[in-house]
Amino acid sequence: MSQQAFEPKLVGFLCNWCSYTGADLAGTARMTYAPNLRIIRVMCSGRVDPQFVLKAFQEGADGVLISGCHPGDCHYQEGNYKALRRHRLLSKMLEQFGIEKERFRLEWVSAAEGAKFQKVCNEFTEQIRKLGPLSWNGGKKNE
Amino acid sequence: MSDQKPKVAFYWCASCGGCEEAVIDLAEDILKVVEAVDIVFWPVALDFKKSDVEAMEDGSIAVSFINGAVRLSEQEEMVKLLRRKSQLVVAFGSCAHLGGIPGLANFWDKESIFNRAYHTTPSTDNPEGVVPQEKCTIDGKELYLPSFFNTVYALDQVIDVDYYLPGCAPPRDLIMNAVQAILEGNLPPKGSVLSPNKALCEDCDRNDTKPEKLAIKDIKRPWEVILDPEVCFLAQGVICLGPATRTGCGQRCISANMPCRGCFGPTDQVIDMGAKFLAAFASILDADDESEVEKIVETIVDPAGTFYRFSLPTSILRRRKMEEKR
Ligand code: SF4
Ligand code: SF4
Ligand code: FES
Repeated sequence: MSQQAFEPKLVGFLCNWCSYTGADLAGTARMTYAPNLRIIRVMCSGRVDPQFVLKAFQEGADGVLISGCHPGDCHYQEGNYKALRRHRLLSKMLEQFGIEKERFRLEWVSAAEGAKFQKVCNEFTEQIRKLGPLSWNGGKKNE
Repeated sequence: MSDQKPKVAFYWCASCGGCEEAVIDLAEDILKVVEAVDIVFWPVALDFKKSDVEAMEDGSIAVSFINGAVRLSEQEEMVKLLRRKSQLVVAFGSCAHLGGIPGLANFWDKESIFNRAYHTTPSTDNPEGVVPQEKCTIDGKELYLPSFFNTVYALDQVIDVDYYLPGCAPPRDLIMNAVQAILEGNLPPKGSVLSPNKALCEDCDRNDTKPEKLAIKDIKRPWEVILDPEVCFLAQGVICLGPATRTGCGQRCISANMPCRGCFGPTDQVIDMGAKFLAAFASILDADDESEVEKIVETIVDPAGTFYRFSLPTSILRRRKMEEKR
């Protein structure tokens, strides 16, 4: 695939109470943003099992976003703190697998921040476009 | 014919020899096994050849116990042959079950491993830069070596496996239970791991000392502290894979005052053991603020190697990303 034609495939896990509502707001307010993010609604950013993130990369995602409520605002009190700790540790581990830190992003987007969601989406898409495709090829029996 | 003893084979692939030792360590129990079965192939102990196996009828071996991961073409060929000849195949030990310690080589590939082993280790003495070739000619004769894969595989990534005996190495009681179940035809559903399906913590003597709400800030490696022989390792700030590891080993490491490294692999509910442990472990880190979290994470040396010590080839990602060949 030539760099020109590369459209990043991004997967986003958005919490129901803040970030998903924020994304919805961006939509109803007719803000335009990069269409690359495939959104998966989860109840809380703390519900995102690291296995989901690995699965997304293994199945062809070029980048994964987790987005939740701002610190202190999680509907379940502590879910986003859990997400934060897992994100930092998983990022470090992903680098050992050859997956760059930039491909795995954590953001806080409130229900009122449609504009922030738009910005995050656009930035992430451009960042991964520059980085190029991940083309995960791990472990296929290709000897 | 019907009073013939069931035929059994043992084979080893990429392994350390510890699983063979585990069979020998059955001590007098091995005599019971030998009495009940006919061992038709066991390269480490008996002088049968590959051609002897080839000459057997397909499906004529009752069970083959295969240990070790698959990393060479020769191993692939042998396990496919044994699969054809056997009614049951048991993946014996962590390496056959999960990829095991040899599976950690999946953080590298053939080129980087050869470069290290044959050129750059301090102990390498190889002025002519000789590297093993799959084919070479010496005195007009052609010699062959198996090919070395970029990726190490667990047994079930190469052939169909009926049962798994976990552990590095599998403990004696689990081996004997498995042998007995096979002899009696009293087997659980195909694909079962022959050890109870719950986490090691549930059986651990130290579980009572684990606080309801663990919170750790200071992570230490076992050699950095004098370990209390009675207190849960996690409560001491030492990484213990007990919460993500299947029970059944009899707490071997714990009783030796070493944390669990996860050789039994995960329980049935878990796909990726390392990710599962990471999720649980990150949750108990005692920090809510970004820079504090980062500070703690910095002190966790080699998370991938620690969380996937025995299970890298069977993890979701299976290996480090292969560099594109130009
Ligand atoms: S974490 Fe380790 S030491 Fe603590 S209860 Fe579980 S197995 Fe035992
Ligand atoms: S304590 Fe853990 S690493 Fe040690 S034998 Fe048991 S399962 Fe394996
Ligand atoms: S509900 Fe939004 S992060 Fe927990």
